[in-house]
Amino acid sequence: MNSNALSLSARRIGAMALRHFYLLRSSWPRLLEIVYWPAVQMTMWGFLQLGVSKQPGALAVAASTFLAAFLLWDILFRGQLGFSMSFLEEMWSRNLPNLMISPLRPHEFVLALILMGTVRMAIGLVPVTILAIVFFGFNFWSLGIALAAFFANLLFTSWAVGMFCSGLVLRNGLGAEGLTWSLMFILLPLTCVYYPVATLPGWLQPIAWALPPTAVFEGMRALVLEHTFRSDLMLWSLALNAVWLSVAAIAFTALLNSARRVGSLIQVGE
Amino acid sequence: MNIAARTGPVVEAERLTKHYGATVAVDGISFALAEGSVTGLLGGNGAGKTTTIGMMIGLVAPTSGWIKVFGADMAKEPYKVLHRINLESPYVDLPHRLTVRQNLLVFAMLYNVGDAVQRIDRLAADLALAEFLDRPAGKLSAGQKTRVALAKALINEPEILILDEPTASLDPDTADWVRGHLERYRERRGATLLLASHNMNEVERLCDRVIMMKQGRIVDDDTPAGLLARYGRETLEEVFLDVARNRRQPAENEQEAAS
Repeated sequence: MNSNALSLSARRIGAMALRHFYLLRSSWPRLLEIVYWPAVQMTMWGFLQLGVSKQPGALAVAASTFLAAFLLWDILFRGQLGFSMSFLEEMWSRNLPNLMISPLRPHEFVLALILMGTVRMAIGLVPVTILAIVFFGFNFWSLGIALAAFFANLLFTSWAVGMFCSGLVLRNGLGAEGLTWSLMFILLPLTCVYYPVATLPGWLQPIAWALPPTAVFEGMRALVLEHTFRSDLMLWSLALNAVWLSVAAIAFTALLNSARRVGSLIQVGE
Repeated sequence: MNIAARTGPVVEAERLTKHYGATVAVDGISFALAEGSVTGLLGGNGAGKTTTIGMMIGLVAPTSGWIKVFGADMAKEPYKVLHRINLESPYVDLPHRLTVRQNLLVFAMLYNVGDAVQRIDRLAADLALAEFLDRPAGKLSAGQKTRVALAKALINEPEILILDEPTASLDPDTADWVRGHLERYRERRGATLLLASHNMNEVERLCDRVIMMKQGRIVDDDTPAGLLARYGRETLEEVFLDVARNRRQPAENEQEAAS
């Protein structure tokens, strides 16, 4: 690959960010959609936590992690969805060929999607964390420095999954769009969002530990229940994320090259 | 206007081939486009025009052979030259919710246009976009969309402009006006134009060369006047039909002329 292909332009990335800023600014249904579902979910988990925590015994202790678990899961899910939705907007508007024949490099495109995905995720989650304080007295931000570690690791995973899903759509057209909405959910039971890894059968636990978010959710439980910040878990998650991001970048590049071979880029659609 | 090509080739294709599975979309074609030339790429549906254009702009990878633009192999190093090319096609679109001005600003930034605001103002004046510059692109008429797509294609003042059916949805008056604009742009910029069109009047007016494709192959390549003379026809539409329907070969015509 020559140096031209690897160059990085803040202006081109800024152009893509500006394009999505204009889009979000012009479309209140899009903004509402970003906030609506996290708010509904948070309300449901909040009441569940409230109800169960009044019961005696271990269940009440476990329930005290529900809201934190939900909000962290939503960082993961919304991060990926924000990335994928920003990509899908180009497919839906049939604008992708215009971008692909412009000087915008694929890695710049991915960086712009990461930027916009993070912005979309923040638009969805920040109001919801405020609602959690107001309605349930749960201050997500009180997790402090640990939150930054959780947040970063979950975002890295969301970008890796988002990159892979976008590559699939790039290669296979909008027929693969459904995967961008559903692929992340395979991680929901395996990453042990609402229960400890020890709950899983023995043969499934190594698989769970190979998924970067698992360490984050275990770390969150250690923090909430034992008031211990497990830096070892965060480092393990970070190392796994480095592998996942590398694999996702390779997969995205391979799927893009495959799209050029099969002509998907000039037949944007299903 | 038939201005002669100025210098050497800016586009070169050699044994360019593209297979989609068992389907041969482009079958070993070779051609070169001279700088400053206007070439019409003609052929029926499925002739291989879109795939050829796709390979020329790096959207499609050849199965074999190569195509170079300004010396850069488009399958290997497209980013060396993509800033010098642009495309207008009815098969791609601009984001509907963005206004025309916003869309053009985004593409000006993508192409690193230094004086983006001035460039947009000038394009708006040249292409009569001013009255709907702040309207969402999705709320334009077909004719207005075509002019906006042309403005996007001209945002970087490309040295090679590829036009796929540039006047397909325009009324005759606007289509004529767009053709005039393209002629002036080519004259001012010295740009090379490749035009895929089914409008034979348009091809006759704009092009100084016509490449005719059929079933992935180049079946003829000449000036419009040369094609008319060799096929013994008065219009390019008749030549197109002769080629598409295998009705008449130039050789027969030459034999008739000789006898």
